[in-house]
Amino acid sequence: MKRAILAGFLTLLPLGAEVTVIQNATIMSEGPKGTFKGAIVVTDGKITEVGEKVMVPPGATVIDAQGQYVIPGIIDCHSHIAVDGSVNEGSVSVSSMVNIRDVIDPEDIAIYRALAGGVTAANILHGSANAIGGQTLVLKMRWGQDAEGMIFQGATPGIKFALGENPKRAGSPAGGRGAPATNARYPATRMGVEDVIREAFNEAKAYKAEWDAYDAQVAKGEHPIPPRKDLKLEPLKEVLEGKRFVHAHCYRADEILMLIRVADDYGFKIKTFQHVLEGYKVAKEIAAHGAGGSTFSDWWSYKMEAYDAIPYNAAVMTKKGVISSLNSDDEELMRRLNTEAAKAMKYGGLTREEALALVTINPAKQLGVDNRVGSLEVGKDADIVIYDKDPLSNYSKVQKVWIDGNKYFDRDSDVSARPAKDLEKKKLADKEKAETPAPGARRPQ
Amino acid sequence: MRNLFTTLLLFCACAAAAEQPAIAIRNAKIVPVSGPVIAKGTVVVRNGLIQDVGVNVAIPADAVVVEGEGMTVYPGLVDALSTWGMPGTAAAAGGRGGAAGSAAGRGATTPAAPAAPPARGPEDRPLTYSWIKAADEIQPGDKRIETARNAGFTTAAVWPTRGFFAGQGSLVDLVQTDKVGEMVLAPSLGQYISLTRTGGGFGGGFPSALMGMIAYVRQIYLDADHYRLVKDAYAKSPRGMQRPEYDRALEGVLESKMILLPANRWIEVDRMIHFAAELKRPAIYYGLREGFDDRSVKYLKAANATVLVSLRWPEAPRDPDPEAQDAYRQMVIREKAPSTPAVLKKNGIRFALYSDGLDAPRDLQRAVKKAIDNGLAREDALRALTLTPAEIYGVADRLGSIEKGKIGNLVVTKGDIFDDRTRVEFVVVDGNKYVPAPEVPAGRGGGAATAPSGPNGGNR
Repeated sequence: MKRAILAGFLTLLPLGAEVTVIQNATIMSEGPKGTFKGAIVVTDGKITEVGEKVMVPPGATVIDAQGQYVIPGIIDCHSHIAVDGSVNEGSVSVSSMVNIRDVIDPEDIAIYRALAGGVTAANILHGSANAIGGQTLVLKMRWGQDAEGMIFQGATPGIKFALGENPKRAGSPAGGRGAPATNARYPATRMGVEDVIREAFNEAKAYKAEWDAYDAQVAKGEHPIPPRKDLKLEPLKEVLEGKRFVHAHCYRADEILMLIRVADDYGFKIKTFQHVLEGYKVAKEIAAHGAGGSTFSDWWSYKMEAYDAIPYNAAVMTKKGVISSLNSDDEELMRRLNTEAAKAMKYGGLTREEALALVTINPAKQLGVDNRVGSLEVGKDADIVIYDKDPLSNYSKVQKVWIDGNKYFDRDSDVSARPAKDLEKKKLADKEKAETPAPGARRPQ
Repeated sequence: MRNLFTTLLLFCACAAAAEQPAIAIRNAKIVPVSGPVIAKGTVVVRNGLIQDVGVNVAIPADAVVVEGEGMTVYPGLVDALSTWGMPGTAAAAGGRGGAAGSAAGRGATTPAAPAAPPARGPEDRPLTYSWIKAADEIQPGDKRIETARNAGFTTAAVWPTRGFFAGQGSLVDLVQTDKVGEMVLAPSLGQYISLTRTGGGFGGGFPSALMGMIAYVRQIYLDADHYRLVKDAYAKSPRGMQRPEYDRALEGVLESKMILLPANRWIEVDRMIHFAAELKRPAIYYGLREGFDDRSVKYLKAANATVLVSLRWPEAPRDPDPEAQDAYRQMVIREKAPSTPAVLKKNGIRFALYSDGLDAPRDLQRAVKKAIDNGLAREDALRALTLTPAEIYGVADRLGSIEKGKIGNLVVTKGDIFDDRTRVEFVVVDGNKYVPAPEVPAGRGGGAATAPSGPNGGNR
C-alpha cells in the first residue's frame, strides 16, 4: 500500500528524475533572494526551487544542513590547473594556434583540491609569455570525468593576451618567463607588445577578408579553392567576429588604456582584464569599455609592475561599475578563494553579498556563463557548495560540493576513505620493495 | 649476351631469391600460429620461401637436413615498432633507448637540427623529416640487428623516431647483408609522429609546449590537404595559375598511408583517438603504458583501434632517495602495465608488441615473459609478435606464420620460446640460417650475445 502511494507520487515527477533537497541551511544565493534560511531543491542537475519553505518531493534525497551555509559554486576566473605540459607556448610572440582544449589533464589532483575548496568552475588560461597567447576554455571541476567531460559546454571560449613585463621579458636574451635564454624574441618593450598585437590583427583582418570573399563566392554557387586555414589567425578572426573572449593579463594603467585603444581601433572587445592591479586608477575607462576586472585580493610587489597594487582594488573597481572578481592564478590559492573574497569586506567595505559575488556571480558574468552558474536561482546548474561555517570566515570548511547536481566532493567520505587508501598504497610499496634487489646489487637491464 | 643481361637483371631484382640450398627441419614441433600445432613435422625452406610444412613432407634430396627432435619451430618474430638499424638510436649509457640520443647522430640526409635557427612557427617545419624513409637510412651493419636476430627476431618495422614528423617506417628482414635493398619488405608503412621534443635541444623555437606540438601537427595536416587541393587544381589547368611551391614536408605526409600516434596514459589514448578522427587519418597508437585501464579499453574498443604495446615496462627509479615516495598512481601503473596485453586480448583489441629500445635477447624474453606472467596466454604473446604485426602492416599474406609460400622466416628453439631457460638454436631469415653465438656470461654487458656469429649453412 505504502509503495503504491509512493509510486503514485513518483509519477508526478519526470520519469527517473533525481531530486535532492538541502534544507535548514543559511543560503547565500547571490541572486535576487539574497541570504536567507531555507532550502534548495535540485532536480536532474538543475536548481528547481529555492526558498524559505519548499515542497520536499517524495523519493528525494534530503540533506539536513542545519547550522551550515550553502553558496553557489566558486568560479575561478584565472587558473592554470589541469593542463598537460607547459601552459606557455613561449617560443613565439603570438601563440594563438595553441589551445588548452588539446591538453586538458583530467587527472590533475589540483582539480580535486579545488573542489575541496568549493571551486566548481575555472577559466583555464594559457600562460603570459606572449603578447597574444593560446586559446582558453572554461572547465567544470568534474573530478573523475575525462577531458571532454570536464568542459563547461556552452561557455564561450577565450584567448589569452598578455601585456607588460612577461611578454617583453620572455624575449630577453637573458631568458624570461616561459622562454629559455639565448633566443632573443621580439618584442622587448611595451611599445613592441602593442605593435605585435596590432600586426597580428592586421593579419587577422586580411585573413578574415580572404575568407569572407571565399564564403561569398561559395554562396553564389561557385567552387573556388578555399584559402589556407591558418590556426594562428582563426581565433583572432573569431575575436573580430565576437565569437571568442579576450582575457588580457595586465598590470599597469598605461598598458590597460593602450589595449582599450587597440581594441577600439580594430573593433573588438576585451572581455576581462586579468590581474589588473592598477585597475583602480582607470576603473572608469574599463567600465566604459564594458570589460571586467579580475584581480588579486592583496598580493603585491612581487615584481616591479606590481608595486602600485592596493588591496582596495576589487572594491574600488566594483564601486566604479567594473564587474570585478578575485582569481587565484595558483592551484594553492584556488583552494581558499572564499577567504580572498572576505578580504574585500575589510579593504573597501564591500557587503557580504558583494564580497562573495567576487568569486561567484561576477566571474560567471565575466565568462559569459551567468545564465547558467554563479548564483542559486531556479533554472541554473546545480553547482552548490555546503560550508560548515560562514564561508567568509577562515574557520569554515567545505563539506560537500555538487556540480550539475552530482556530488563530486564529500568531506566525510574523503576522510573515512583515507585509511583504506593508505593501506593500499603501502601494500604496493611493500610489494615493490620486495621485488627490488638490495642497493648495490646488479639490476636486470 | 642479352640472355646474360636478363639473368643479371633478374638476379639483381630478386636478391633474396639467390640460389640457396634448401633447409629441412624434421621431426620438430611446429607452431605455425595460423593453424594448429604440429606435434612432429617437417618444414622445408628453399630460396627464401617456405616450400612446404606438415607431418608428411618429402625432404628434397639436396636439402641440408636439421634433426629437429626436441626442438620447436616458430615463425620468425616481428618487432612491430623498432629502431634497430636506424643510425644514432642505439641506447646510450643511462639513456632510455629508442627516442633518446642526440640529433647529430642522425644520418647524413637529415638536416642537422642545431644548425637551423629556432623555428618561428609551423611554416618553418620544425623537426620535420616526413619524407625520410627508414629503408633509406638503415645501417645494415648495426650490431643490434644481429643481437635481435639472436633473440629470435627475423623482421622489424623500423621507424625513424626523431622529430614531430620523424619520417616513414619500413618493414625489413633482419638478414646479414651490406645491401639494405635485400632487407626491405615494405619501404613505407606510414608516418611516425611524436609529441615530445627529441633532438634540437632545449630552446629550439616553436613548438615548445605539448599544446604547441599538437597545434603544429594539426596545422601540417591542414596544410597538406590544402597543398593537395592546389596541386591538383594546378595539374588540371596550369595556365593562368601560379604554381604551388614544392614542400617536401607535406609531400612526405601525403605519401604516408597511416600515422603512428603516441598514447601512454589513458588520457592520451582518449586525446589521440579524438585527434586522429580530427586529422581524418587512419592511426595506430603506440606506447600504451596505461592500456590496462578501463578507460583506455573503453576508448580503444569504441574506436576499433589497433595498438602497439611497448615491452619496456615502467620500472621504479633506480637508487631513489630512500625518503622519497612515489605517487600511488605511479605505483599502480608500474604494477599493472605488464597486464596491458592480457587486458587488450580479453577485450578484443588488436595489439602487437614492440621492443622500444630493448634489444638484448634476455631482456626481450624477460619482458614478454612478464606479460605472460600477468595473464597473457603464450599463444597470444606469440601472435602479437608474429601474425598480428604482419596483419597490421598488411603483409599477412607473406609473413607472420609458417605456411606454404610465405617468406622463410623461422626461429627454432629448445623449449618454449618465452621461457627463461629457453635457448634459440638457430634462426632462419629469408632462407638463411643463423646460429647465435653462446651468450656472454651474465654479470657483464647485460646478457646480450654480442659475439660475432656469421650465417651458418647459408651461402652468404
